Amino acid sequence: MAVASESSDKSHIQTEIAFRTIGLTKVYETEAGAVHALRGVDIELFKGETTVMLGPSGSGKSTFLNILGGLDRPTAGQVYFQDSELTNFDDAFLTQYRRRHVGFVFQFYNLIPSLTARENVELVTEISERPLSAAAALELVGMGHRVDHFPAELSGGEQQRVAVARAVAKRPDVLLCDEPTGALDSKTGVSVLEAIEQVNRELGTTTVLITHNAGIAAMADRVVSFADGRIADVQINKQKIPAGTLKW
Amino acid sequence: MVNRLKSLNRKLVRDLWHIRGQVLAIAFVIGCGVATVVLSLGTLNSLQETRDAYYERYHFADIFAHMKRAPRSLLGDLSKISGVRRVEGRIVHGVIIDIDGMVEPARAQAVSLPQTTVSNLNGIVIRVGRLPVSGSTDEIVVHEAFAEAHNFTPGDAFWANMNGRRRMLRIVGIALSPEHIYVLGPGDLVPDNRRFGIFWMNHSALEAIYDLKGGFNDVSLTLSRDGRVQEVIAEVDRLIDPYGGIGAIGREDQLSYAFLKSEMDQQETMAKVFPPIFLAVAAFLLNLVIARLVETERQQIGLLKAFGYSDFEVGAHYFKFVAVITAIGIIIGWAGGAWLGRGMTEMYAELFRFPFLYYLIEPKVFIYGAVVSIFAASLGTFTAVRRIVKLAPAVAMVPPPPTTYKVNALERTGFGRTMSQPARMIVRHIIRWPMRSALTVIGISFSGALLVVTLFFLNALDEMTEIFYFDRERQDIVITLTDIHSDTAVKEATYLPSVMRAEGMRHVPVRLTSGTRSERTVIAGIDPENNLSRLLDINHKKIDVPEQGLMVSDKLADMLGATLGDMVRIDVLEGRRPIVTVPITKISRQYVGIGAYMTRSALNKLLKEGPVISSIYLQVDSAREAELFTALKKVPALVGLMIKRVSLESFYTTVREYMDTMIIVYIGFASVIAIGVIYNAARISLSERGRELASLRVLGFTRQEVAFILAGELAVLTWLALPLSGFFGYHLGSLMVDMFDTELFRLPFIIYPSTYGYAALVVLVAAAGSAWVVVRRVSNLDLVAVLKTRE
Ligand SMILES: Nc1ncnc2c1ncn2[C@@H]1O[C@H](COP(=O)(O)OP(=O)(O)OP(=O)(O)O)[C@@H](O)[C@H]1O
Ligand SMILES: [Mg+2]
Repeated sequence: MAVASESSDKSHIQTEIAFRTIGLTKVYETEAGAVHALRGVDIELFKGETTVMLGPSGSGKSTFLNILGGLDRPTAGQVYFQDSELTNFDDAFLTQYRRRHVGFVFQFYNLIPSLTARENVELVTEISERPLSAAAALELVGMGHRVDHFPAELSGGEQQRVAVARAVAKRPDVLLCDEPTGALDSKTGVSVLEAIEQVNRELGTTTVLITHNAGIAAMADRVVSFADGRIADVQINKQKIPAGTLKW
Repeated sequence: MVNRLKSLNRKLVRDLWHIRGQVLAIAFVIGCGVATVVLSLGTLNSLQETRDAYYERYHFADIFAHMKRAPRSLLGDLSKISGVRRVEGRIVHGVIIDIDGMVEPARAQAVSLPQTTVSNLNGIVIRVGRLPVSGSTDEIVVHEAFAEAHNFTPGDAFWANMNGRRRMLRIVGIALSPEHIYVLGPGDLVPDNRRFGIFWMNHSALEAIYDLKGGFNDVSLTLSRDGRVQEVIAEVDRLIDPYGGIGAIGREDQLSYAFLKSEMDQQETMAKVFPPIFLAVAAFLLNLVIARLVETERQQIGLLKAFGYSDFEVGAHYFKFVAVITAIGIIIGWAGGAWLGRGMTEMYAELFRFPFLYYLIEPKVFIYGAVVSIFAASLGTFTAVRRIVKLAPAVAMVPPPPTTYKVNALERTGFGRTMSQPARMIVRHIIRWPMRSALTVIGISFSGALLVVTLFFLNALDEMTEIFYFDRERQDIVITLTDIHSDTAVKEATYLPSVMRAEGMRHVPVRLTSGTRSERTVIAGIDPENNLSRLLDINHKKIDVPEQGLMVSDKLADMLGATLGDMVRIDVLEGRRPIVTVPITKISRQYVGIGAYMTRSALNKLLKEGPVISSIYLQVDSAREAELFTALKKVPALVGLMIKRVSLESFYTTVREYMDTMIIVYIGFASVIAIGVIYNAARISLSERGRELASLRVLGFTRQEVAFILAGELAVLTWLALPLSGFFGYHLGSLMVDMFDTELFRLPFIIYPSTYGYAALVVLVAAAGSAWVVVRRVSNLDLVAVLKTRE
């Protein structure tokens, strides 16, 4: 592969495919008629890579991410995670898959309101095999000083950082982030991205990140553009830059 | 596992605390269901235990027989009957007494005390004072009920007319007896402790007074384990017949035992009818409430699943949630039921004159209440959690389904155009969530229905009282005579002062047998022209007694397994004790009684006696009643005197008071359930719509407008529920009437308008109170906090 030869230090992981989708289709049946969220998506995502997904609102990015994460099922088509076909999994297997391999950061922070920052993280570490400690995970996102606060006592950016800590604390194989910086100012956003980048680097986590901010694409190995439920374009970043130097 | 789910448990505790108001409200709904079980079964249980212990300890006899006079030697013969363990002879005699300050005559029953002091049959329990000293001829021990009614203490005395002589009797002690747990005078329907009492005196004294030296006129027997009641009774009857015996009876026919039993049977029926209805309704409401509560947790369930919590773990979490609420409810129910049950049992112990009280509730009663609640709660949780757990996590997490509101039919009408914007929101919201709205309406209407049925029970009792005391028994006084008298006595009675109308009746104690079944009852011989005491059917129509053959109530026919046209054998239990066979020519449907009826002339003919009567029914001028009483004190043939006014009063202060208290407790439960359900409906609708309402506030709606939307919805749903409450209440009531159709009585099915009114009032007050709480919460809503976190 072309990319493999360019940076030799990553060659050993780049060749391994983390996700492959074939003809992925998702149709929502609603009272007002069928909504075609995905209209046949074929793509390969590689282990250890950071992929950024761009595209207009409603183009199917979240739908795609949810299917990768085993939260939802496609109407048609297949999804492979490493060598297994996710679309063949039953619910119990999908649960195990999410539990072992996937870390989520949602578009809306989705913290449990009745649990503190630390407890929100512990909620996930308690069911993981080799997690970071909740304190370490929060430290990683710069939230070490607010561990005992409830979500309602945190700002939007702080809540999002807790959400990132919660997602990375289990040292997931894949980290799926749906607009993690959507509601944040650039400085906070950058610190969240740095946390994600650090996890990717240190743990070799395959990362998929949805954003509306084209600037963020610079930190990715691969940039996928969605339009109207299809992949419009895939760009490979020859020179990805550290998240810390991003600005918007 | 425990440690692993620490965070989830913490979430559990915090969430429970957060909605503590609702938790408590639901717990009370469960508690009421459980309490009805513990209360009714516990009371019944305790009464039975107490009665059995009392009978056991004080050697309550198994068989009782009365005769004119018998020599002491007969006791030896009686004790030789196989199956008989002990025999005791005594003297029992009716006495007319005259108490200072009482216009009407009072009656008493004198009972001889045994000469030995070893444990006797029907042993008395001295409460105050002592037994008469041996050899005394005027010392007596009086029954506590009679003593209390007259404020008698040892040292007091009264006059008695015994065998034609006036005697002064001195009270030396006050006692209770297992024979008189329920003290009822002959011919009385309810206890009247002022006008009827029991007293005990020395055997030798009564022997002398009634010329029974060396003899007795009453016998009690206990059976050994292999003794068979019917066989022994037959043998006793054979032996006492030459001495003027009037038929031995078993416990079933002993007055106090039978009334106590009927009272307990009534309790048992209530225990069978009320708790299932309460538990079923509570379970149903619980199901609704929990399903909605879990529904509000939809997003959090999706989130937990997204993290990889298994369906089982998520399900278990919500089961725990409900388990805690249920456990609180069960504890409330156990404690409340046990506490109220104790109060109730103590009340009954007073009515029933027990010397002690065993208050104990079998563990199985507690378990039964708990199991049913747990089952109901689990069912509610299971259906709700399963529905959500089945959703893909992504779907569970999306902000509540894209809500498509529509312009509805109501708005298109002219009425719709006059609606304000918030009113429109209420209507659209109700119509947008038809299931949710329907369930709320059904929930509220069932709690209202529960109120209607419990109140209906009071209505039914009032109606029964009315039918019995006013429509059916229209006489003022019933005189029971010592023996049969020629019906010319009726005419004589009309000459007594104040009497306006007099009618005679002939009552005969009998045993009816059809096939293998037999029942003891009384045949009433009624003159067709009688108009004071009338038989009424369940439609309030006068029942005509057939000129030939026997009429029995449908209850009695059931008990005998007999139908129209069947021949029944009549064993007359008095006089020459003839045995005859007659056909059943009519079956009547009445509210009360297992009676048998004939025309008086047919009865007289059947018994081969002349035109005789055994009691006289009088209608009197109440202003001159006192003169009548004075005159009656001198009538020697008088055994019983039933004054309806007094009997009714006594009925209200005894039997009704206890029944009413029990029912009022149930009404209390029903009210608590109504409040719990409505409060929950209001709170859930607040948590479902909190964000939406906060957004409206942000958009510039005033507090009043937002409060109007929330309270308005509750008001609309409540108004819709009211007629349904009546509807469900009516049908539950008719179900209850069927369940209550027991051997003893049948409930009239009548629901007073005030019942619907009261039920509606409770529902409306609960709704207004809940609305107030919820509206206050909306007003104090921290807008920023609500909008900042996604719940
Ligand atoms: N549960 C659902 N029911 C019906 N339609 C849905 C549902 N979820 C998503 N859609 C529709 O599917 C399409 C794709 O949605 P998706 O959330 O994937 O878009 P997106 O690219 O993430 O948009 P955004 O950038 O705004 O988050 C949209 O048209 C959306 O309305
Ligand atoms: Mg999206």
